[in-house]
Amino acid sequence: MNWLPVSASTFAPGVDFVLWLVTIISVISCILIGFLLVYFVIKYRRKSDNDQTPAITHDSFLETLWTVIPTILCIVIFIYGYVFYDQYTTTPKNAVEINVTAKQWLWTFDYSNGKKTLNELYVPIGQPIRLVMQSDDVLHSFFVPAFRVKQDLMGNRYTYINFTATKEGVFDIYCTEYCGTAHSNMLGKVHVLSKEKFASWEDGSAKKVQKASSNLPPAEVGRQLYSDKGCVACHSIDGADGVGPTWKGLFGKNRIFADGTSILADENYIKESILYPGEKIVEGYGPVMPSYKGLLEDSDITAIIEYIKSLK
Amino acid sequence: MSQEQEKNYLENGEGFASWFFTVDHKRIGIMYLWAIGVFFIIAAIASFLVRFEHLTPGQTIMTAHTYNVLFTLHGSMMVFLFIVPGVAASFGNFLIPLMIGAKDVIFPKLNLYSFWLYLLGAAVFMIALAAPADTGWTFYTPYSIESGANVILITFGIFILGFSSILTGINFIVTMHKLRAPGMTWDRLPLFCWAAYATSLLQVLATPVVGITLLLLIGERFFGLGFFDPARGGDPVLFQHFFWFYSHPAVYIMILPAMGIISEVIPVFSRKPIFGYKAIAYASLAIALISFLVWGHHMFVSGQSKLINVIFSVITYAVAVPTAIKVFNWLWTLYKGSIELSTAMLYSLAFIFLFTIGGLTGLFLGALAADVHLHDTYFVVAHMHYVMIGGTVFGFFAALHFWYPKMWGRMFDEFKAKIAFVLIFIGFNVIFFPQFILGTLGMPRRYFNYAPEFQSLHQLSTYGTWIGAAGFILMLWTLMRPLPGKAPGNPYRSLSLEWSMDSPPGTFNFDEIPTITEPVYNYGTKIEEES
Amino acid sequence: MGFFDVTSKVLKSIAYPSEMVPSIDTEDDGHHHFDHETEHSGAKLGMWLFLATELLLFGGLFAAYAIYRAKYPDMFQHGSQSLNVVLGTVNTVILIFSSLTVAIAVKAIQENRIKLVKIMLWITIICAAIFAVNKYFEYSYKFNLGIFPGTDIFYSIYFAATGVHMLHVFIGMAVLGVLLRKVYKGKYSKDNYTAIEIGGLYWHLVDLIWIYLFPLLYLVG
Repeated sequence: MNWLPVSASTFAPGVDFVLWLVTIISVISCILIGFLLVYFVIKYRRKSDNDQTPAITHDSFLETLWTVIPTILCIVIFIYGYVFYDQYTTTPKNAVEINVTAKQWLWTFDYSNGKKTLNELYVPIGQPIRLVMQSDDVLHSFFVPAFRVKQDLMGNRYTYINFTATKEGVFDIYCTEYCGTAHSNMLGKVHVLSKEKFASWEDGSAKKVQKASSNLPPAEVGRQLYSDKGCVACHSIDGADGVGPTWKGLFGKNRIFADGTSILADENYIKESILYPGEKIVEGYGPVMPSYKGLLEDSDITAIIEYIKSLK
Repeated sequence: MSQEQEKNYLENGEGFASWFFTVDHKRIGIMYLWAIGVFFIIAAIASFLVRFEHLTPGQTIMTAHTYNVLFTLHGSMMVFLFIVPGVAASFGNFLIPLMIGAKDVIFPKLNLYSFWLYLLGAAVFMIALAAPADTGWTFYTPYSIESGANVILITFGIFILGFSSILTGINFIVTMHKLRAPGMTWDRLPLFCWAAYATSLLQVLATPVVGITLLLLIGERFFGLGFFDPARGGDPVLFQHFFWFYSHPAVYIMILPAMGIISEVIPVFSRKPIFGYKAIAYASLAIALISFLVWGHHMFVSGQSKLINVIFSVITYAVAVPTAIKVFNWLWTLYKGSIELSTAMLYSLAFIFLFTIGGLTGLFLGALAADVHLHDTYFVVAHMHYVMIGGTVFGFFAALHFWYPKMWGRMFDEFKAKIAFVLIFIGFNVIFFPQFILGTLGMPRRYFNYAPEFQSLHQLSTYGTWIGAAGFILMLWTLMRPLPGKAPGNPYRSLSLEWSMDSPPGTFNFDEIPTITEPVYNYGTKIEEES
Repeated sequence: MGFFDVTSKVLKSIAYPSEMVPSIDTEDDGHHHFDHETEHSGAKLGMWLFLATELLLFGGLFAAYAIYRAKYPDMFQHGSQSLNVVLGTVNTVILIFSSLTVAIAVKAIQENRIKLVKIMLWITIICAAIFAVNKYFEYSYKFNLGIFPGTDIFYSIYFAATGVHMLHVFIGMAVLGVLLRKVYKGKYSKDNYTAIEIGGLYWHLVDLIWIYLFPLLYLVG
């Protein structure tokens, strides 16, 4: 049975080794104790109320045995746990830094070349990466199961993760420190690209890759953006109430705001709400949405508006 | 002897006031038992709903906010209203004076006040449910500072509950120091009392720290003190240090009494002296003391320094060894015994096995490299429940059945109780074993939503709650309907002091304070030991 | 027993917490089954344990103090200089003096000098009241300057620590007040002074904590 996720970083084999080591120790101990338990219960079951039992109160040999063996096993496990942890926490000299900012409930990634992505982290294979992470609000935790890495993010202090990806592909990012209502929707993806693909993504020619998708109708692109850019964390598309108002039937509807004013939801209103979400707060909701200025291009916003239009 | 003293403690006085103002440790113990029972059931229903929600990814029966509220309710109620005060306050109150040969605890009135404080704390806690917290039972800052829920009330309720714990702890410690019957030396003290002693020490020494932490959290919300708020120059990690400085020892407040219980049950139904009495007694104390030094292992990925992580990892393994010793001691008590599989014994044996799994999976989490992967995933959830349910709750159920005749003066239907045990045992494992695998696969905890590939394991886990609930209802049904006829004073031929009197005991326990001449658990014949 | 009776009984027993100590009341319910010596030493052991919990409660505050002082040394230096050392010193002297008077009261009750006990308890309570008045002036002075809990971490610690301590001073006053009332009722003698002794212990703790708080908060650098 497959009980471990895909292994896609240099740290993962070490973690897996420790997991296997402890699993083997645990299974053997469990079988031993379980077997003895059942065996004793059967062998020494009560035959009559007058069974004679020996008054054994201690046995130095056995007691020494089951003190020493667990101690040795614990030391061994600790050492392996430490050795691999030490590798993980030591930053390689040639590591490339990427800044990570978490806020309720999305991830933003800032690259050294000025690029900025939302919920999608792009890294080249084989390149040591150092994530320099900070939270804008409450605690969050950055977790990529495939890399076996995890670290909490805080408001006033930077924390770090080192990893080197060893497999191309797309892997899940989870927030693992409880951060409020949409905690379980604070998801992202790591794209591990080959050196060439990463280079073309980096110099912007990756646009071409995206262009391919723009053959799709805009509403379809908007639907992808809805889940990729984290809108899904707060806005439902089926009318269910969330942290933010649902998108279903939003377009063309009269919006009533917290300050009592109202407006008909048109393209400009939606665009304003994406770029400057603090301007108009719908009645009954909090001013919690972050600005997407600089994170979405105009064409993206248009696509999202088209998608919202399609949600009748 | 007057007419009144011949009545047993249950008959001595009727009506609300005779219970609510009693200073009788047995009645106070029974009242705790009822109170924690009610909270256990409420919290269990919350967890049942939480599991039900996980039948499908996304929304099944509730919104994300409701889900967050329910798991917070489940966690905080189970921890602060059931399991921390639970076994120690209910069975501790009932049993400690009986076991050490005293007529009551040393401060009977203080004992009653502690119970009132418990009720008061619980009441405040319940009032807070008007705007229930969604912070998780750990109240991590800064989310708990910003959250719109009644965090102040709920933490104030817990503060009061902590006060109650402290006073109970002091009462027990002083009782065991001052009121042991003549001849009841420390090395003749039943192991349940040793466990209660260690528990009380933890309650007295650890609870004040969570008290001040919660007070500061309240101040944080009232005045914006800023200790734990990064926006004001504070440090959220400091809150975690404070919180776990209490809450890790609290884990042992929860488990030690259960260890004490099964140390009582196993010798009786094996007719053997407990193997390694001293080792178990000292291991209890060792666990209690070391547990103050391991809190940082909850925070390996929270941003504390690497050196501190390494130190906490080492000490964590140091606490594993005395725990392992205990397991083997219980196991070897069975060796060459005359084992009767009563319901209480079944729960105790299940305790050994499940607690072993809980302990072994702790080895994963103590290893730094593995914890980086497993922290805050379902693996932790499963590990913690194997210790808390497989350990404490199974021990608690063992006690419910074992001392049932003594408490109520009646017997129960062993056959039905055993069926209930089987259902609970199977249900429990079906709920929590899949969660180990979910955890290693990377499923984070406290997740309302989850990826479709986790669905089959989640569903399996949810089905387990149905089996477990059926077993629990059958258990309650069986215990609520005792068999006709009075229970004998000592149905198990136990040698402990609490069985030397009628069931149920008279109001003043002992007509005359007994003198102890033999070691505890003096079962078996000495012949083979010589050879 | 009606609701009113229950409520009044609860309130009454809460109003006289010193009744939690067994020796105070006669053995009315049969659950006080041990001799005076056991009672006395038991109550003392219990009180010491309780004092340990109090120390740990403040230990949390001291830990926070240490951590933030290391982190923000300038803020602590600056904040500390803004506190009124004269008032702080006066309060320290008052508390130390009240510790002395309560100690004399405990000694006096063991010698059955009831009148001296009354005088000493009165002085102790008055000292506590003066302490509270001084603290009131200190706080209101700070509030007038616009300094509140939360102004910065130093003041947060200052208000939290002295505030929690102040709470203990009030509790101590209440405990001593109840004891004094019972002294007037003639409940205590040289054979029955446990409550006064453990009440005195509590007051010493209140004093002790202030002796740590004073230099840490007022005399930094």
